[in-house]
Amino acid sequence: MKIPVFRVGLIVTASFLPLSLIALIVFLVIYSWPAIQFNQLHFLWTNDWNLGNLYGNPVDVRGAQIMPGAKYGIWFLVVGTIVGSMLAMLMAMPVAIGAAYFLSEGVRRSWAGPLSLFVDLLAAIPSVVYGLWGYALLVPLFGQTIFPFMAKTFSLVPFLGGDPGSGYGLLTSAFVLAVMIIPLISATLRESIQMTEPALKEAGLSLGLNRLEVFWHITLPKLKTVLIGVGILALGRALGETMAVLMVSGNALNYLPNNIYAPISTMAAFIASQLDSALQDPTNMAVEALSEIALVLLLITVVVNFAARLLLWMARVR
Amino acid sequence: MASKAVESSIATIPRAKGFKVSLYRRAMSAFAWLFVVFSFVFLAAMFISIVGDVVIHAWPALTPKLLTDITNGIGGGLKNAIEGSIVMSVGALLLAAPIGISAGIYLSEHGQGGAGKMLRFLSDVLVGIPSIVLGYVGYITMVIYLGWQFSVAAGIITLTVMLLPYIARSTELAMANIPLAVREAGYGLGAGEGRVALQILLPGAAPAIMTGLFYAVALSMGETAPLLYTAGWSNYMWNGQFTKEPIGYLTYVIWTFINEPFAESHMLAFAAAFLITGGVLILILAGRWLLIRGQRRMGVYQG
Repeated sequence: MKIPVFRVGLIVTASFLPLSLIALIVFLVIYSWPAIQFNQLHFLWTNDWNLGNLYGNPVDVRGAQIMPGAKYGIWFLVVGTIVGSMLAMLMAMPVAIGAAYFLSEGVRRSWAGPLSLFVDLLAAIPSVVYGLWGYALLVPLFGQTIFPFMAKTFSLVPFLGGDPGSGYGLLTSAFVLAVMIIPLISATLRESIQMTEPALKEAGLSLGLNRLEVFWHITLPKLKTVLIGVGILALGRALGETMAVLMVSGNALNYLPNNIYAPISTMAAFIASQLDSALQDPTNMAVEALSEIALVLLLITVVVNFAARLLLWMARVR
Repeated sequence: MASKAVESSIATIPRAKGFKVSLYRRAMSAFAWLFVVFSFVFLAAMFISIVGDVVIHAWPALTPKLLTDITNGIGGGLKNAIEGSIVMSVGALLLAAPIGISAGIYLSEHGQGGAGKMLRFLSDVLVGIPSIVLGYVGYITMVIYLGWQFSVAAGIITLTVMLLPYIARSTELAMANIPLAVREAGYGLGAGEGRVALQILLPGAAPAIMTGLFYAVALSMGETAPLLYTAGWSNYMWNGQFTKEPIGYLTYVIWTFINEPFAESHMLAFAAAFLITGGVLILILAGRWLLIRGQRRMGVYQG
């Protein structure tokens, strides 16, 4: 039998993709195994990240060597990550839909190309530049002008009133995240708006609806699955965003936000900012606990992406 | 004459009562239209604000010194960081392009079955994995376990894993746009599978694949999180060693130097941001231009 060399070569190289995904999960599980055994499940919902006394002698607790007083609980990270991304989604969704409509049907074709460049290029800007922009422009602007004003105006609304903070915090990170994910949502949505059958739109128009009403009552309900799928996809992106959040979130430690101006931290930003201090731990448990956070983040994003891709596949968007 | 008479007779027919658009509907439409325009203007404003902010702050720092000096603790130039960014991006591209393109060929030519579907699905999931997780896995596997320490190789391999799914999917899309008849013509002339894919389909899909590669380079240039714990940071020029030798890169300058209390460091951070943003945007635009030019020269397959 002749061996199809070319095809075998293709299969071997193509299998790099799934293998790297599996390798990621396997390596993380192996490396963080001591931490998983030590922390068990309440790791996720206790609110106490403490490396312990790094100058003391390691002690044995529950069969693991740790520094005296060391505790690892990441509830504040779970809350920060999920609340921040949700808030970003809430801000991003309407604007993304509006921009997608504007670029696909609101302006004439010949303008749509150049104008959509703004949105496409916005998606290409590196996240650390978003962070720099947030740090240099948004944080002073929000902290000194907008947040105090908002806190005063909405002083009676829960979560909107209270201490306006310094500008670093939940709302600033959510705003930056929203600007980052709007282009992603908008691009896919624009494509699927253009792919909707024209007959549907024509039927609506002939009933006397104007174009915006056709979009709202006919096109958008038709694209419900796409909308949800793209939304979850963007949520996955927001959950894992590191640099931009790191630079504007205020990097709270063991602190739960009591209003939307309060400082937060997210899992991704925490991993990026804490490795240096975790390396001070001679028992290595802190580094393993960080890798457990990475594992949690990985599993969350895999589940989120899995759900989103499944929905989009059912809706027949590539 | 006749048509005019008809028109005027239509105009004189009194409007049917039921056709009046209610004030509510008109108000809602006006509001919705305002919102739609606002959302686009908002996005355009954000883009201009980001680019403008970077350009305004970076302008005073753009001196020849950036290209000739290496960084020191608080300032200096960016020679080493520019070199590092280019080394990492090119290295990652050289590794990821062959693997990604052949994975793309597999997906488009043989990816109709269950294995192909699975592969496509997994590569889509791989795209969604946070880059910091990739960086951390790179850290525990290559930096610690293999003992490479902070090194060029660890950074390049981490970036490669990040780029693979992008390149594979864009290649697949480019190949799938070529109609079946082209393949049939190739096989009909007696070409083998490899010859059809490499000498007939690949040249046809080249502009679109190149665009994908440009995007991938832009992506890898702008990444910070996967490099923090794999490539490390170095104030010196790269000495050609792949392992045990950290390397500088532009995005690192942005995020560390902005936290220094000195004006000179801030200027350097903005200069680095200017170079990175400029580079990324130019790459994206060049990729688009290449695609349009290629399609104009060779024509687009009518699907």
